[in-house]
Amino acid sequence: MTAVTATATTQDAPDARPGSRRSWAWLGILPFLVFSGLFLLLPISFLVIGSFVDRSGSLTLQNYADLSRPDIVLAFRTTIEVSLVSALAGTFVGFLMAYAVILAGLPKWLRAPLVTFAGVASNFAGVPLALAFIFTLGQLGLVTLFLRDTFGIYLYQQGFSLYTQVGLELVYVYFQLPLMILIIAPAIDGLKRDWREAAENLGASPRQYWRYVALPILMPSLMGAAILLFGNAFGAQATAYQLTGGTIPILAVKIGAQISGDVLRNVGLGYAMAMGMVLVMGVAIGCYIVLQRKAERWSR
Amino acid sequence: MSAQPAFLVLRGVRKEFPAHVAVQGFDLEVPRGDFVSFLGPSGCGKTTTLRMIAGFELPTSGTISIDGQDVSQTSPHDRNVGMVFQSYALFPNMNVADNIGFGLRVRHVKKDAIRRKVGEMLDLIHLSGKGGQYPYELSGGMQQRVALARALAIEPRVLLLDEPLSALDAKIRVSLRQEIRAIQRQLGITTVYVTHDQEEALSLSDTVVVMSEGRVEQVGPPSAIYGTPATAFVARFVGQLNVLAATVLEPSVGRISVAGQEIVMRKPLPGLVAGSSVTVAIRPETIDLDAGADASERLQGVVDDLQFLGPVIRVRLRLDGDGGTLQMDTFNRPGLVPPELGQRITVRFPGSACMVLDGSSGAQEGP
Amino acid sequence: MSEQTAARSAQRRRGSAIWWVVLLVGVAYFTVPLVATLQFSLRTKVPFAAYTNVLQDPVFWSRLGYSAMCAVCTIVLSVALVVPTAYWVRLKVPRLRPVVEFITLLPFVIPPVVLVFGLIRVYSGNPIPLVATDLGSTALLVAAYVVLSLPYMYRAVDTGLRSIDSQSLTEAAQSLGAGWPTIILRVILPNVRGAVLSGAFLTFAIVMGEFTIANFLFRPAFGPYLSLLGNSKTYEPAAVSLISFGLTWVAMAMIAIVGRQSRGRVSAVGVR
Repeated sequence: MTAVTATATTQDAPDARPGSRRSWAWLGILPFLVFSGLFLLLPISFLVIGSFVDRSGSLTLQNYADLSRPDIVLAFRTTIEVSLVSALAGTFVGFLMAYAVILAGLPKWLRAPLVTFAGVASNFAGVPLALAFIFTLGQLGLVTLFLRDTFGIYLYQQGFSLYTQVGLELVYVYFQLPLMILIIAPAIDGLKRDWREAAENLGASPRQYWRYVALPILMPSLMGAAILLFGNAFGAQATAYQLTGGTIPILAVKIGAQISGDVLRNVGLGYAMAMGMVLVMGVAIGCYIVLQRKAERWSR
Repeated sequence: MSAQPAFLVLRGVRKEFPAHVAVQGFDLEVPRGDFVSFLGPSGCGKTTTLRMIAGFELPTSGTISIDGQDVSQTSPHDRNVGMVFQSYALFPNMNVADNIGFGLRVRHVKKDAIRRKVGEMLDLIHLSGKGGQYPYELSGGMQQRVALARALAIEPRVLLLDEPLSALDAKIRVSLRQEIRAIQRQLGITTVYVTHDQEEALSLSDTVVVMSEGRVEQVGPPSAIYGTPATAFVARFVGQLNVLAATVLEPSVGRISVAGQEIVMRKPLPGLVAGSSVTVAIRPETIDLDAGADASERLQGVVDDLQFLGPVIRVRLRLDGDGGTLQMDTFNRPGLVPPELGQRITVRFPGSACMVLDGSSGAQEGP
Repeated sequence: MSEQTAARSAQRRRGSAIWWVVLLVGVAYFTVPLVATLQFSLRTKVPFAAYTNVLQDPVFWSRLGYSAMCAVCTIVLSVALVVPTAYWVRLKVPRLRPVVEFITLLPFVIPPVVLVFGLIRVYSGNPIPLVATDLGSTALLVAAYVVLSLPYMYRAVDTGLRSIDSQSLTEAAQSLGAGWPTIILRVILPNVRGAVLSGAFLTFAIVMGEFTIANFLFRPAFGPYLSLLGNSKTYEPAAVSLISFGLTWVAMAMIAIVGRQSRGRVSAVGVR
């Protein structure tokens, strides 16, 4: 057997088959490729191709042009607004909470339960979450009734409703916030104590340290997390569906309706909408990865 | 050491943690411009003491003063001491120039003045073209030089270095430590240097403070630390040492018996009587290979190990009787015929090169 | 202590108060909806009636069982697919790593609703009309879940492989005479067990709570059941919600326990 060095990972010393070339090694991942081809790549290709085809089967860009239909533009706008607001709220509050248990001098044992709970809460999205908020802030919700009976403020008379865009944003924050905590906690850990001490040693006050050193170092992680949160909300369907049923124009819900029946009266348009979603998500994930790499490079 | 008034003074500095005492009653006076090393194994308290000077730890008791001013309770960002960290601690979001200028920026120095100073510093550390680069683009040695420049840019009263070279390759360590010393001499800045590497401490310092388990074992110039160790710990920690068991024969002239062979140390051994056991130590380089004719002491034995270390040949001798082993280093001079394994040889050394180590409490030695 | 240090400590204590408030507000935001759900579930005239109704409802159990079975199938299929692939990529075809990583990143980019859209379109007619049959639809569901779990599984296993230096272990095993099956089953798999288990528990939590794909494939799963309940009954949905929340909690706790014992942390992101 030839000596295998650390870099020569493509040596096929264990293949005793004579004459076997390196170029057949890829067959090892064939099952994976077949599976993802059948159940991931093929459906996507179907949608991609379908979005460029009109009802008669010929190539067209009309579907994409049709995305400028007012109801679809409204859906895009609303979805983006909801995602943006919940992402920003989640980023801001999530960062504060993570900072609180890691660096702000609170007891160390608080961190583990918070992170575990964040893990649970970030998965508590969808139908149960919508229901939970209905039980809290619905017309007969716990908090609604509490405010009415204790302070005489009946939310629904004041104009608040859970079943609005604002209500949906409020609900989305429930899984955005914990996701933020999970992402930013390691980044805050990565703030080396040495940096703070070096800054102090050079004469910086705590505010100067945060302004010139800590926040800039955290910025790629913060922005990356915010973008990830945006993407997370953008693609969500179950929560909105359960809460509003379609009264609020959310893209994912609209696509769901399209699946159930051709409500857009043009399947190709549905494909184009789906592609629009994928594009937005793709850009978001791409930005996140780039920012992650930058953050990693700095923390070396 | 010069007779200048002390610039950095530590009096009775002590640091207690809930689990243990890290530093016990430390006293030190450092003249202005001196290069002082704290030398010792991990956990001896040297870094804790340094951090107390920097202000990152508060002494449990005792005072620290710089240039006559008591800084024991001053916060770190008011002390104006520059610190170089073991991990460099360069701010990754800033380039080299911004890192170096950071201390000036937080003091609201004007931009041109900052730029000028940064330029000076870059010249000082020989990285003049690299101001625009980021830390992750630089090698370890370069990053450490930038860290040094950053600490010096604020013109601190005292420069502190916490094992700055331990993360670097051996070759870079040697060249960089010489650079550090050259810069320190050029600027005349009082410097405290923490290391566990005795070669660094001995080659760089005006004064060495050897520490062990929170205590100061010895303070003195490198020659004294090496040549006249005050305690057995210092003798063992600094440099190599042969330790032999011996029996006292005549305390007045220092005649002892090692491995059944007699040695005269030519100095009295106070407090010891004939027949008592004693531990002696000899440095390997004081021993010579050939028997020679002069009035040196001699020991006989059989060669049981031979190491060729390049410039030096290391011979291990098993002494006759039950005397233990003796290790000696001899220069690999041209024409030298090294002994062979198993060969019986005689080695010689000056009697005064013998040091007496008595258990772990103290060592007496020659002049 | 001098005045300065005493002042510093007092300032730190005062600062902490604000952060306590921040923390408590956040915790309140999280617990109130859960408390509300609990309270709703107990509002029935007969105490715990909501729970007894639910637990006595055969539909509840059949839906729960169906989702659990799908979860198990998903986990098995996912492990069988991901572990050898991650191992092979790491050891034999590192050049293909970008390709495989891109594929495992795609499910992040494709929202579940879009995925099910595509799946239905592909498999609702010729040549493979999976949607037409129950078994076919269930198979499609499991396949979709495997796709959803790919990012987490792959990343967890890959990290696990990296941390155990799978290359050296393989070479050591080979030099001692082991063949491939032995290596994978007895050397690699046991050492990435922690990562695999973490991924498995996360997948379990995701599958149990999943709604979108199950709904549009008309599968009798737990997610659509809860949705239907939420639209028809008043108090039972609260009880089921809490049960669902409890299940997720158990899964996360298992991940924390397993994760603590080994490498291969899984980032816990799931259903939206």
